[in-house]
Amino acid sequence: MSVAAESGASAGLVTSFFEWFGNLGIFTWQVMKAAVTPPFEGRELIRQLDDVGSKSLPLVALAGAAVGVVLSMEVRASMTRFGATSLLPSAIVFSIVQEMGPTITGLVVSGRVGAGIGAELASMKVTEQIDAMEASAVNPYRLLAATRIVACVLMLPLLTVAADACGIFMGWLAQTLVAPISLHQFIESGFRGSTLSDFLPPTFKTAVFGLIIGLIASYQGMSTRGGAEGVGRAATNSVVLASLFVILADVVLVKLILVVFH
Amino acid sequence: MATALDIPMKQTDANLPGHVGAVAVENLHKTFESHKVLDGVSLCVNRGETLAVLGRSGTGKSVLLRLIIGLVIPDVGSVCILGQDIAGLTLDELGEVRKKMGFLFQHAALYDSLTVGQNVAFPLVRHRSGLSKSDRGDRVNQLLAEVGLEGALDKMPSDISGGMQKRVGLARALALDPEILLLDEPTAGLDPISSGEIDELILKLQREHQMASIVVTHDLHSAKTIASRLALLDRGRVVIEGEFDDLEQSDIALVKQFLKQS
Repeated sequence: MSVAAESGASAGLVTSFFEWFGNLGIFTWQVMKAAVTPPFEGRELIRQLDDVGSKSLPLVALAGAAVGVVLSMEVRASMTRFGATSLLPSAIVFSIVQEMGPTITGLVVSGRVGAGIGAELASMKVTEQIDAMEASAVNPYRLLAATRIVACVLMLPLLTVAADACGIFMGWLAQTLVAPISLHQFIESGFRGSTLSDFLPPTFKTAVFGLIIGLIASYQGMSTRGGAEGVGRAATNSVVLASLFVILADVVLVKLILVVFH
Repeated sequence: MATALDIPMKQTDANLPGHVGAVAVENLHKTFESHKVLDGVSLCVNRGETLAVLGRSGTGKSVLLRLIIGLVIPDVGSVCILGQDIAGLTLDELGEVRKKMGFLFQHAALYDSLTVGQNVAFPLVRHRSGLSKSDRGDRVNQLLAEVGLEGALDKMPSDISGGMQKRVGLARALALDPEILLLDEPTAGLDPISSGEIDELILKLQREHQMASIVVTHDLHSAKTIASRLALLDRGRVVIEGEFDDLEQSDIALVKQFLKQS
């Protein structure tokens, strides 16, 4: 490839990168305007809360439980080497609540809900159902996007609490099978010396993850073009981009929490 | 008790004598990327009149309808609906204008997760919130009866034929008693018998509702049956506009070719 062609391709990539962010910004503005003006879509919001929340719960709980078991096994090996097995409950609890629970929840929801929203809205877009909605004088930003985004924002912290609880419980179970300890003792030891500011900010940071997942998946779905291939691309892009931005947002949020709360 | 059927038609300026038209588009230009689709189209349709827009595939007929209902924004030119210029309206303001319009999409664009009855009820649920459930049900049954689909209430769109889907789309378009009806290829993809039935249905609805209608089609026979005026579009321009006899007597080569081929 010639130098001119290479630089042309790079310029195209940079342009599409900024174009994507620009269009996402316009989409966000439209959704925000629609979300804060009546009529409010209470019934659709409840349907989405159920779809995002209760239907994601088993998956999130299972992922949290698996992380709890793995952490328990891994941390035990390290702690034993340094003769600090008494710190094992704290290490497990803090790891899960401060980082593993929120991140795992964000990624699992990115996969399940992100793909679902992306594919559903993309399918509606390519079959002109969203246009039909607009033609029927219904604002699709309000009915379709805002409800899904708000549902993600509200449900992510609750799902995180569920993931944390399952992780801690399974962490205890894995621990007690090797060195018996009561659940009460494990939890008391795990939370000793900690304050609410150790647990609330990491849990509520997942509301930002929810915003990212809902926004990106809705945008990808509603801006789809190109039939079945477009629907597939929208679903894939929703998951990939939502997961990527959740991880990047986590970096920023962790630093922010450390600066503000510690 | 007032029923949905008693909802009065709104009196607008378009109903008054001497008004320019229910739909008036002037000097419309639209380009997608580098492809010029419309190149200065001007048309006017009065209440009780049906205009058929004819032309080969890809001449911008469907784009014209989308511009009229505000799903696409023109590069240049104006669209006036019932005397109101829709340029610069917000989505919610545009929604108020769209409540006076019905749109039948080329592929019906039915909501595939809703039943036939729910599809027809959709505009009523959204915009006739004062309507009781039984009145709404009566209105849906009446609309389905008008399009000859009394028994299809609980069927899913995927379970009915293309012709039936178009009828449901038409029933949905009529749900709010529109003053303007836009039909995008109402007979495309249908067998001659179904096409004839749809034509008859449109004629019947025209007689009963006295709407201003624009029908986009490439089916000359259908256009001749249902329209009072015809306009032939080619390369984004109106080549000729008038009654069918005017087209027959035209010396324009393209018009002669179109009539000969159709």
